[in-house]
Amino acid sequence: MSDIVDTPNTLIEPSRRFFVTGLGKSVLSASAVALLVGCESMAKTAARTTAADPAADAGILNVALGLEHEAINAYQLGAESGLLQKGVLPVAVLFQSHHKEHRDAIVATIRKLGGAPVEPKMIGDYAKDLQADRLKNQTDVLMLAARLEQGAANAYLGVIPAFGDPDLAQVSGRLAADETMHWTVLANALGQPVPQMALSFGA
Amino acid sequence: MRLFRFFCEFAIHITVLGLLSVSAPASEQRAATPVVQGDPARGQRLYQSRCMGCHSLDSNRVGPMHRGVIGREAGDVAGYAYSRALRNSSVVWNDDTLDLWLQDPEGLIEGQRMNFRVKKPQDRSDIISYLKQESQG
Repeated sequence: MSDIVDTPNTLIEPSRRFFVTGLGKSVLSASAVALLVGCESMAKTAARTTAADPAADAGILNVALGLEHEAINAYQLGAESGLLQKGVLPVAVLFQSHHKEHRDAIVATIRKLGGAPVEPKMIGDYAKDLQADRLKNQTDVLMLAARLEQGAANAYLGVIPAFGDPDLAQVSGRLAADETMHWTVLANALGQPVPQMALSFGA
Repeated sequence: MRLFRFFCEFAIHITVLGLLSVSAPASEQRAATPVVQGDPARGQRLYQSRCMGCHSLDSNRVGPMHRGVIGREAGDVAGYAYSRALRNSSVVWNDDTLDLWLQDPEGLIEGQRMNFRVKKPQDRSDIISYLKQESQG
């Protein structure tokens, strides 16, 4: 995680900007402009989406943590399935290790923000939820992994506007990049075509 | 001097008009906008790429299962640990409430946990159309 984080254990050092006046002034400014032009809902949105709210950010990160728990267990199910070939298994384990690093950093950040990290479910629950009993060959495992990685990438992109702390929004983008990298490798292994349209993620 | 004052006032008018013209679409976007016909086939593809990171039709995962969501009260799927905000909400899922939810979850139910947004009205309409199709099944 050291290559992507500013501190050893967390995604960010919760910024003093939460508590000092600089950001507050810009929030007031955005809200004030919206109120001046008579759009109360826009003003509420401006305040909600830009005001620092550590508890709200911790809540968003907890959903992300749920995704990481699921990904770790999905790769565990794939690795233990006996369906992955010799050359593929190390890649799956590597991707799982990325998700474990994501998990550890997210847990530390949630705690730093004053939140309580969500606990993982039992692996049997993940197996049931992901219908692991339907995995019959390596292609099935890789398709499941690709689907989850694509979904995670889109999830991280989709919540970026909701973060109050722009540093966390940027981290969400970086996590999305990791998931996209995983998806790209998996899609290539599956022989899936490269997306023909630009901007195929997020939006 | 009079000419200078005129230009200053003109500039202020233009600025205010500009702000008003920018704000109008933003306020319209806050309303439910299922004005476009939904395409369930495209909605299925969008669901798979945008929603299935967290949701499934028939399993509670990071988010609750979706089959049968149309007509269901928010926070009502058995076995899923909802936020207090969803548990206490009286929202019933239909075209309009789902459109608002996908547009800005926090705007519809404050304190929710989803936060994922679908910006384009056509995308929202297609996803809702797919969910309706699957709810009927």
